Amino acid sequence: MVRCVVVIEIRNVWKRYVDKIVLEKVSLNVEKNEFITIVGASGCGKTTFLRMLLGEVQPCEGSIMIDADRLIPEPSADRGVVFQRYSVFPHLTVLENVLLGLELTDSRWLGRTFGRRRAHNVERASEMLERVSLDRAADNYPSELSGGMQQRLALAQTLVKAPRILLLDEPFGALDPGYRSDMHVLLLDLFRELDLTVFMITHDIAEGFSLGSRLLVFDKLRVDPHNPDLYGATITFDLPVGHHRRLDSIMDNMNVKPNQA
Amino acid sequence: MRLINRRPGGFGIFASAAVPFVLALLLYVVASSIRLAENPDDKLLPNLSTIGAAIERVAFEPDRRTGDYIFWTDTAASLKRLVTGVFLAAMVGLAVGVPNGLVPWFGAFWSPAVRALSMIPPLAILPILFIVFGVGELAKVMLILLGTAPFLMRDIEQRVRELPREQLIKAQTLDATSWQVALRVVLPQVMPRLIDGVRLSLGSAWLFLIAAEAIASTDGLGYRIFLVRRYLAMDVILPYVAWITFLAFLFDFGLRRLNRRCFAWYGA
Repeated sequence: MVRCVVVIEIRNVWKRYVDKIVLEKVSLNVEKNEFITIVGASGCGKTTFLRMLLGEVQPCEGSIMIDADRLIPEPSADRGVVFQRYSVFPHLTVLENVLLGLELTDSRWLGRTFGRRRAHNVERASEMLERVSLDRAADNYPSELSGGMQQRLALAQTLVKAPRILLLDEPFGALDPGYRSDMHVLLLDLFRELDLTVFMITHDIAEGFSLGSRLLVFDKLRVDPHNPDLYGATITFDLPVGHHRRLDSIMDNMNVKPNQA
Repeated sequence: MRLINRRPGGFGIFASAAVPFVLALLLYVVASSIRLAENPDDKLLPNLSTIGAAIERVAFEPDRRTGDYIFWTDTAASLKRLVTGVFLAAMVGLAVGVPNGLVPWFGAFWSPAVRALSMIPPLAILPILFIVFGVGELAKVMLILLGTAPFLMRDIEQRVRELPREQLIKAQTLDATSWQVALRVVLPQVMPRLIDGVRLSLGSAWLFLIAAEAIASTDGLGYRIFLVRRYLAMDVILPYVAWITFLAFLFDFGLRRLNRRCFAWYGA
């Protein structure tokens, strides 16, 4: 494999709270256009890790660099995010939800655009909606959409800003399995098309293997049975996986059954 | 069919809702006629025709002294005070509540102060208001403002805090500044909640209005009730109370409609 430029460099990151250690000694180099899936038991710091990348939580020790710059310590437009829930704005229609990101950048005081500029933005937003097959629901409110449509909207809303890094926190966790595979196809298409680097938390191990190009497993290396919070979790496995490989063969090799997180 | 599965439908809903009102009216008429049969000069429970005559006198005949239709001038005076006070309270509620809930440093300064302010019984400082603002309109409006604004400020602050963390993060990843988050994410979502808050505080707003009018005023619904009390004029007091109740109902109904009209996404 040709050596690419490192985009994200995470060096010896720790996260402690008063009474517990969540993450310890997390180090990771991520190259451009990697699709990283993250699995692990609940409460082992996956979400904390993602929130650090988002800039919402700061590491206690260590550093996170993006393109050799220290990570901006608050959420910003270079990192898009889709959560499991509450990712779209209930008071805006589908179109307005996608439009919002464009208008916020164009108009710093009103957060709204008018006239020709608005028409231009509407056009861009509509293209994005078409891309996720929501163009016919443009005038609906999110509460009128199904869970899967809401997540597609959340993706469109984020991707219209062309972020370099896309952070996904169990985005399909609440969807039924049939729908989930449709979403996988869409996500992979967008991933290739838009030149993204993706971090995605999932509790579905099969999804972790099939979707990403690299799988991270978060777990605790040391456990004190009397004080489970004494040690933090770290990356215990860092596996190259690939959607070009057949999932079944990987599963056989690993001796893991799908859906056994 | 079980009782819990039977539902009134169509006309039944109207009819059953009307029953308690009709019963109350009937009870009143019977009680009134019993008392009047014993003593024709009884003023406590005047019969309906006496009340009708009183309504006609105050609402549809000019007052002999001033030439005003006092029922309507009272209504106008009271509504003006009420609406001004509640509107100002809503604006103050927004202007303080949104930054209190959204901006940690702002909240650190003002949130405890608002909590303390809301503990002051507004009627206890009514004398202070009269001393400071005089006995004119300003003191009455200030009483309504001081009486309802603290609740609205705290309510709005709470609503802002209840917004999912994910939404605020998401907005920031869409390049929003703090101001834009307030303007495009928080404010529109808080507006219908503000209207709900206003609906809830209208009850106490009426209380403060009538209290202020009873103590120092020359017109207004509360003033009239307390004025004619001296003559035991139940024939005026009762329709005034019914009218105030009806106005309060209209406000509540109107605001609820407004919410459903303007914020279709709300409550869905």
